[in-house]
Amino acid sequence: MTTMDRLIGAGVERLDGPAKVRGTAPYAYEQDPGEPICHVAVVQSTVNHGRITRLDPAAAEAMPGVLAVLTPANAPRLGEGLASDLPVLQSLDVHYQGQIVAAVVAESSEIAKAAVGAVVVEYSAAEPDVALSADRPDLYAPEQLMAGFDTDSVIGDVDGALATAAATVDATYSTPTQHNNPIEMHTSMARWDEDRLTLWDANQGPHNIVNDLMTAFGLERGQVRVISPYVGGAFGSKAFTHPNQILAAMAAKVVGRTVVFELTRQQMFSLVGHRTPTIQRVRLGADAEGRLTAISHEVVEHTSRINEFAEQTATATRVLYAAPHRRTTHRLARLDVPPPTIMRAPGETPGLFALESAMDELAHAAGIDPVELRIRNEPERDPERDVPWSSRNLVACLRTGAERFGWAGRDLRPGVREDGRWLVGTGVASATYPARRRKAECRITGHGDGRWTVEIDGSDIGTGAWTALTQIAADALGVELGAIELRIGDSDLPFAGGAGGSTGLASWGSAIVLTARDVRRELDERWGGQLPADGVVVKGEVPGPSPHAQDWSMHAFGAHFVEVRVDRDTGEVRLPRASSVYAAGTIVNARTARSQFLGGFSMGVSMALHEESVVDERFGHYVNHDLAEYHVATNADIGDIDIHWLEEHDAYVNELGIKGIGEIGITGAAAAVANAYWHATGLRVRDLPITPDKYFRELGLG
Amino acid sequence: MDTEITLRVDGGTHPLTVDTRTTLLDALRERLRITSPKKGCDHGQCGACTVLLDGRRVNSCLVLAVTVDDAEVTTSDGLAEGDREHPLHRAFLDNDAFQCGYCTPGQVCSAAGVLAEARAGWPSTVTDDLTAADVDLTDDEIRDRMSGNLCRCAAYAHIVPAVAAVAEAEGVRR
Repeated sequence: MTTMDRLIGAGVERLDGPAKVRGTAPYAYEQDPGEPICHVAVVQSTVNHGRITRLDPAAAEAMPGVLAVLTPANAPRLGEGLASDLPVLQSLDVHYQGQIVAAVVAESSEIAKAAVGAVVVEYSAAEPDVALSADRPDLYAPEQLMAGFDTDSVIGDVDGALATAAATVDATYSTPTQHNNPIEMHTSMARWDEDRLTLWDANQGPHNIVNDLMTAFGLERGQVRVISPYVGGAFGSKAFTHPNQILAAMAAKVVGRTVVFELTRQQMFSLVGHRTPTIQRVRLGADAEGRLTAISHEVVEHTSRINEFAEQTATATRVLYAAPHRRTTHRLARLDVPPPTIMRAPGETPGLFALESAMDELAHAAGIDPVELRIRNEPERDPERDVPWSSRNLVACLRTGAERFGWAGRDLRPGVREDGRWLVGTGVASATYPARRRKAECRITGHGDGRWTVEIDGSDIGTGAWTALTQIAADALGVELGAIELRIGDSDLPFAGGAGGSTGLASWGSAIVLTARDVRRELDERWGGQLPADGVVVKGEVPGPSPHAQDWSMHAFGAHFVEVRVDRDTGEVRLPRASSVYAAGTIVNARTARSQFLGGFSMGVSMALHEESVVDERFGHYVNHDLAEYHVATNADIGDIDIHWLEEHDAYVNELGIKGIGEIGITGAAAAVANAYWHATGLRVRDLPITPDKYFRELGLG
Repeated sequence: MDTEITLRVDGGTHPLTVDTRTTLLDALRERLRITSPKKGCDHGQCGACTVLLDGRRVNSCLVLAVTVDDAEVTTSDGLAEGDREHPLHRAFLDNDAFQCGYCTPGQVCSAAGVLAEARAGWPSTVTDDLTAADVDLTDDEIRDRMSGNLCRCAAYAHIVPAVAAVAEAEGVRR
């Protein structure tokens, strides 16, 4: 082994890049199963809550090229213990609109889709109950929130402090249902070889999927293999098993051939999860200098009849600012909606829209610059857990961002800057996301010729993990990049917990570093520091969370600054420029990290201005369930974005000081846009998205 | 109903049988297993399936395969000459103009179409002078012309300089 410059931190070009730009990297459906593929298409329920009273597949079964029509009457029985929506075709009961009630397997996709239309289904159904409101009598407090957070937190006397505060804000903010919509639709291709199942699948972690397949089909660990080396985006919707994986495996078993189930874009609005809508009341109290005395953040959100997904919306409020009196609460309504799930920074994303909008309103009420207001409320320790920060550089992010953006001298008054037809404003918001580490295992094989194979079931959903993990491995083993053969995205590889919660690189990278340490020890102790001719194989792991997680508060921080222009005649909103600054620990790959920050921030802009899944409360469905009507930011919606990060060394989070950067970019971004919109127009839109109709509504013209 | 057609794709000739309902995208992906063009919506809403049809960009999910029996189809993979990458491939890599990569072959084909349209003098909705002989692919022109291709990873601010670099090299950006 030779010593060399560290690869960690370098902007190494994506190793999977050449194949991706040409389109030759094989995503799930593009893998070669070794035999012709037949196709699954599904019939979905048209009611939200009811029961199938008649289901006649005869006409579909009679169509040439149809191999099978699976219904609750003939579908194979699945094993007990599957979560919520996974027991596909096991019952005549309907729990949400879009639930799979029959599936066609056919020789071609055209035949399968045509046959779906020939399946006759009738239902008895109750009126759909899909409207969330803060005054529903059936709101309840869940046992705990997603990721194990406490449902509520109460410190001190919030109401008393609010009553005596010099400046207060009391406002209710709302965010709509949003859908992840990765551009690669969820796709599963299944093949059985006797009692062994292979699934080529679009997911965020093959090991996450394997357990459900074992339960569903009564298989042992060695009988299932999930292969997912390339995944076309995910943003949370591909984290957990959904009905598609179960159905693909079931259909392949029934027809005895390889089948593929590629969801349609429309089906992705009901079958693979969404972000809950939220209604958030925020109350802030401050003294005359703008120092917070009280923070109250009360959240109402929904979950489905068949699963409890309690989004941790107010948890960022527990860490962001100092205040002696504080309260956060979460209440849920169980509605006739499809199961909600993770969507990029669940919790922080909707929660910081509310908190950071309220901070802007407080700055105005107190007559203080909103950057300065945040700096004045910087907590020395975690304000609720009362432990020190492992590292925290929010103030530096705010100051650096203000300088890069040109914040100095900003006029505090709203609605006073014009450039022709455009009303111009600027806004700021803070960002934060927890730094966590999860259990992960790793196997490193040193070959006699100096090559190394590094195996771990990590995932690259676009993050750059293929490249960043190779950099980490090369540094850890002290070899060149080209000496590393990385293998990820396959459940036959050593266990890892999947890409999610911004834990991927922190967990998988730590496992690689610790295993490489064992490799070096073995070489030193047994082989005199040299790689033996017939090689070595070493297995290692990182056991779970950082041992310092109990005693230190670990978070990444950031600050967004945006300029917004609003057309005074049409209400059209443009975002010509922004600066986003982060303090997120070690940055492993400067090139791919920039893209992660940029992508997260841009998705936050999309959330602020475009994204909303509109529910028809009479019929209970998402009326805009495609990409023509569910608007996401396009190229023309994003202006010049300045991405910057601060050098930060955190000795507590994990072996590499990585905090994770997949999610922090989106947190706070929507608030920065809304705050700039207010600064431009003098209009405070508290219900996302900020569409042109709301401009006229706020002007009293709508 | 099945029909015999011949597709010319990336310099290769492929006789095949398709259902008359088969789209060009499904003919490529499901019949020929040419998977460079991706399916992101199947309704012409996302642009992931963009290919060049006789040099012009189209959403291949909106084209029926039986209608392009005599056309030349070029995918992003076909833009490369053997192992030699197309300048747009290099520019996308230089600028890290993608993350998951799924929309990327469509973005690359769309960008190739944009460059050809600019060379031909076609204005866009943000072109100030619709009668001008030459098109200057400014950042705003690129943003507008590339907006038929969604990128959920939102690499837009990196796609613009990638396309700009090639536009400059080709003389359609001042």
